[in-house]
Amino acid sequence: MTLDYLTTVVLLGTSLLGGVAGVVGAFAVLRRRALVGDVLAHAALPGLCLAFLFLGAMQFAGLLAGALLSGLAGLGVISLLCRGTRTKEDAALGIVLSTFFGVGIVLLSVVQQRATGAQAGLTSYIFGQAGLMVRHDVYLIAAVSAAALTAVTLLYKELKLLSFDPDFARAQGWPTLPLDFGLMGVLALVTVIGLPAVGVVLMAAMLILPGATARFWTDRLGRLLPLAGLVGAGSAAAATLISAGALEAWIGSDRLAAGGATANLPTGPLIVLCGTAVLLFSVLFSPRRGLIAAAARAARFRWRTGLENLLSSMYELSEPRPAAAPEVPLGAIFQRRAWQPWQARLLLWWASRRGLIEQRDGAARLTEHGAECAARVVRAHRLWEAFLVRGVDIAPDHVHRDADAIEHVLPPEIVEHLEAELAGTPQAPGRPKE
Amino acid sequence: MTAPPLEIHDMTVAYHRKPVLWDIDLTVPEGKLVGIVGPNGAGKSTLLKAVLGLIPVASGRVTFYGEPYARQRRRVGYVPQRESVDWDFPVTVSDVVMMGTYGQLGWLRRPGAKQRATARRCLEQVGMPELADRQIRQLSGGQQQRVFLARALAQDARIYFMDEPFSGVDAATEAAILGLLQTLRERGRTVLVVHHDLLTVRHYFDHVILLNMRLIAAGPTEATFTDENLQKTYGGRLTVLDEAAEAVRRGEFER
Repeated sequence: MTLDYLTTVVLLGTSLLGGVAGVVGAFAVLRRRALVGDVLAHAALPGLCLAFLFLGAMQFAGLLAGALLSGLAGLGVISLLCRGTRTKEDAALGIVLSTFFGVGIVLLSVVQQRATGAQAGLTSYIFGQAGLMVRHDVYLIAAVSAAALTAVTLLYKELKLLSFDPDFARAQGWPTLPLDFGLMGVLALVTVIGLPAVGVVLMAAMLILPGATARFWTDRLGRLLPLAGLVGAGSAAAATLISAGALEAWIGSDRLAAGGATANLPTGPLIVLCGTAVLLFSVLFSPRRGLIAAAARAARFRWRTGLENLLSSMYELSEPRPAAAPEVPLGAIFQRRAWQPWQARLLLWWASRRGLIEQRDGAARLTEHGAECAARVVRAHRLWEAFLVRGVDIAPDHVHRDADAIEHVLPPEIVEHLEAELAGTPQAPGRPKE
Repeated sequence: MTAPPLEIHDMTVAYHRKPVLWDIDLTVPEGKLVGIVGPNGAGKSTLLKAVLGLIPVASGRVTFYGEPYARQRRRVGYVPQRESVDWDFPVTVSDVVMMGTYGQLGWLRRPGAKQRATARRCLEQVGMPELADRQIRQLSGGQQQRVFLARALAQDARIYFMDEPFSGVDAATEAAILGLLQTLRERGRTVLVVHHDLLTVRHYFDHVILLNMRLIAAGPTEATFTDENLQKTYGGRLTVLDEAAEAVRRGEFER
């Protein structure tokens, strides 16, 4: 598919916007100020309308200046509310956001009554209309992006310190207040230039989603910021293409009902949806922080614990002569643990496959390798019990469950240490008899 | 004679107009380990934050080596309370330690090979060089505390302020911190430590500052850390001070 000129302009504009909003917004997320962008966007509406009333025409730069001023005024009111009264910050954010937005809507209807024909463009600021973007808008977005990215790059070290530990930064002599204001100012600027395309209501998502997404993939700020930028730009670009009908061109329009089903869907909401899709993917599939990886880790641990419990149960049942590896009836093993039959069968099957046990009709015996593993677990268990009783003065009938939990995770050096420490005391458990 | 590392003259600190420290006069001598001791709510951390300019001082004067803090920042190192930051922040151990060098680096300059070497050296001093590339979330509480100490070492200061470095750390970290404090003293540094464990005060510190909303006593541990002074610090809290502070706050609201 080839892109026509208008689509190319919009694509450039939204991608740039998504990228810069992602980078600047990531700092807001890390600084725990994620909602500030939302307040800025909503609080910009009255300024937008006032600028329109006074300037009389759709003068882009003037409108943006009005939006910027009223957004920052909103932040100022929050700060006054928090310091001057006992209002808490979350309440202050909510109050300012809704009040300013309410005033904005009222002013909007005033503007509409003075119909000049141009106010239609103003309403589009609420939900955004990326399709109206022209070449000049893209220049403005590019200029703001360049300035914002340069500032973030140059002040990377300072912003990193400010975001991580503002008190330390201040003690070291950095002007944290001006830096903070600067960061908020850049955030406000990016928010305001995004309003025509994405709208007051959804702008926050462009600021928050990419940073939150990137956090799932990296533990380094130096990688998180570019990644947030890429995610933001990518979501915006994908949304613009979908809205321009690229999906039809790709899938073949006849497959979608009534052809052109996605063309002319609004770009702003699509950007948010694309961003949310990437976030959802990250929440599920991120290798270290993802839900699936976490569930897999938990399952692996439970599995290992089950296996070790099986081995240690067999070991205990074959005492006092575990080294001879006598056969143990399966019934006796199951009795020691509250296992479901299918769990037990699965564990037995796996243990045989790994060569830890040998099974023969209704009974099983530990192999040499299995006996070694079992001895290690049993030793950790008994040492821990002895330690709790003698070292920590816990009643002997209380220690079994604690030891059962810790026997699977006690590192070898602690086991050695416990052994050395308990060696001198009477009835030291020592190594299980070989 | 050169000016002392820290001199506080008639300092009063207030939170929301409610005074929490009254009329503190204090001179800290060079090259000593100084413990700041007092009950909860006595204003120990407040004292630290006030002299470092992190919270405003209602009245009084603070000087470092005879000059205001703004002119002596390079000579001052700070270890905040461990709980004061988000340990899930996306930085590595060596990133955090390098932050200590930012003050000397100044605006715009990025940390380079020299700063990385400093970070490595400081991490070695706190006994965890192998953890340099770890994300800070993966550290134990004691290791986090040692990262903060390493960052302060990277500041290469002459006077250090540490807010409860011994709080909630394991025995190995406690020993490491103590060893470090002694090394700093050998190098002629002055260290002020907010401390809460009365049993170890005598063993750890040369000097002690006893605090409970006002200065109870300050001086060499032997002469100052006495039963009588402890009684004054911990026993019979001056309810009048509490009530007066409360009255100041109320008056402010009713006005």
